[in-house]
Amino acid sequence: MSEPLLQVTGLGKRFGGFVALDGIDLAVNRGERVGLIGPNGSGKSTLVNCICGTLANETGSIRFSGDDISTLKTHQRTRRGIARSFQLPRPFASLTVAENLRVPLLYTVDARGGPRMSTIDIDARCADLLELVGLADKAGWRPRDLTQVDMRKLELARAMAAEPQLLIADESMAGLSQVEVADIVALLIALNGHGVTIILIEHIMRAVMQFSQRLVVLVSGAKIADGAPEVVIRDPQVERAYLGQ
Amino acid sequence: MIVRSSVFLSICAAVAAGIFGAASLIGNDYVFFAGYVVLQFVVLAQAWNILGGYTGYVNFGSAAFFALGAYASVFLHKYYPLPLPLLIAIGGVVSGLAGLGMGYLTLRLRGAFFAIATLAFAVVLQTLVVNWNYVGGARGAYVIRPDSVWPVGSYVHYLFLLMLALAIIAVAMSRAIERSRLGYGFATIRDDELAAEASGVPTLRLKLIATTLSGALMGMAGAPFPYYIGYVQPAAAFGLDYAVNAIAMPMIGGTGTWYGPLIGAVLVASLQQWATVSISSELSLLVVGLLLVGFVIVAPGGIVGLARRYLWSAS
Repeated sequence: MSEPLLQVTGLGKRFGGFVALDGIDLAVNRGERVGLIGPNGSGKSTLVNCICGTLANETGSIRFSGDDISTLKTHQRTRRGIARSFQLPRPFASLTVAENLRVPLLYTVDARGGPRMSTIDIDARCADLLELVGLADKAGWRPRDLTQVDMRKLELARAMAAEPQLLIADESMAGLSQVEVADIVALLIALNGHGVTIILIEHIMRAVMQFSQRLVVLVSGAKIADGAPEVVIRDPQVERAYLGQ
Repeated sequence: MIVRSSVFLSICAAVAAGIFGAASLIGNDYVFFAGYVVLQFVVLAQAWNILGGYTGYVNFGSAAFFALGAYASVFLHKYYPLPLPLLIAIGGVVSGLAGLGMGYLTLRLRGAFFAIATLAFAVVLQTLVVNWNYVGGARGAYVIRPDSVWPVGSYVHYLFLLMLALAIIAVAMSRAIERSRLGYGFATIRDDELAAEASGVPTLRLKLIATTLSGALMGMAGAPFPYYIGYVQPAAAFGLDYAVNAIAMPMIGGTGTWYGPLIGAVLVASLQQWATVSISSELSLLVVGLLLVGFVIVAPGGIVGLARRYLWSAS
């Protein structure tokens, strides 16, 4: 079998005396759709932050496409092909919706080498992405004028604009209606169809079950289950973590 | 409205020629004296805006970069006199490097902490200069300037022309940055550094570019200062008015655009020159202080922000 796209080994992270991540092992293969679940405070976001470089891991290693990326800065990891959306949307407030998408195009896609993209190319890609997430008619808006749903779509679109190999969607559906959740799941599955590996962190179980080919469960900074979704959710340990004894 | 850079530069050159022509027509050298100061503040305001307006890092140490440029000239004047344009370039390099160094040491700090660090940087530099005898120490240093320069004639006219050219360079540079990839990168740093990094923006490198450019422009504005004033002492070169004006002018005009600091600098510096002559020189700084307080409270977007709001509600 070929090497996994993402290989996390023995990853540990503490905040003072609190152990946020305790020796996490996780492998994600190319083209996979992985769901990552766990109760609040179980370390999901910390794991994402360590993979993306927002936080530095203290122990263990992170390999991406075969290279150790543990010491790389966030922007370098983004350029290598890891993109993320934030749990709470963090748009660039002084830029328009379309300009928000230009940033990763200019700084990530264009920075990967090859011929420079022309302004026309960049505008066209922005327009495509906005069309894809349904924000085409709001291209010139400021993020503050967007609804919560549109803000989350912008957050996803900006991560997608970096043309990642691995997309990590951190609770991109919280607070959305059923129809909107279905829209975003369909969007992510379509994106996966184009070869993007996706890790989805989500509390909405229906979305997770519909999306995931594999399910990983974190509890108190440790991985307690990893496997086929139908099997994992029947795991007694997982049930105990979610429902109590 | 998009004006091409070549067209923009031609417009700038035409405006500059107009300014110089008008000043010459008045036929009073005081116009050049006062105009020099206004232009110097245009450069300082643009320089501050590159770091403070575009990336959102507030620099309280502008006077230090200005003074570094001035003292680089004093040092070289005593060592081996060079033509002024060359001194301006050297002042730019010295202050640019200082900006790079300061940025490297302080840019891990944010908000008020960064601002305090820049203030400390200015104090440290001033202490060094005060104790450096070669450039005059606390006594200050005299710089005897020639009476005239070929082909301009009067040295004051020459200084005015140089500062006019610098002001155009500063304005054109800011405008070019705003429309470039760099400008987008700066804006993302101002808005959200975490999200910027996640979008592939190398934030530390961009911030260092900003501190270097900003420092270099301030140094270039300071380099001709000894020749303008004739006598430099630390208290003058590191003066509070430079630090305050460099912040107040972009804030009053409107930060984040190239025309905001331009409007602010021209308005406030002219007002100061007028107040200095007609009321008192101490009062001129008070004017700026009051204006700044007023704008921060009533119109944080400055004059540009006010105009935008008015146009928005009119349409």
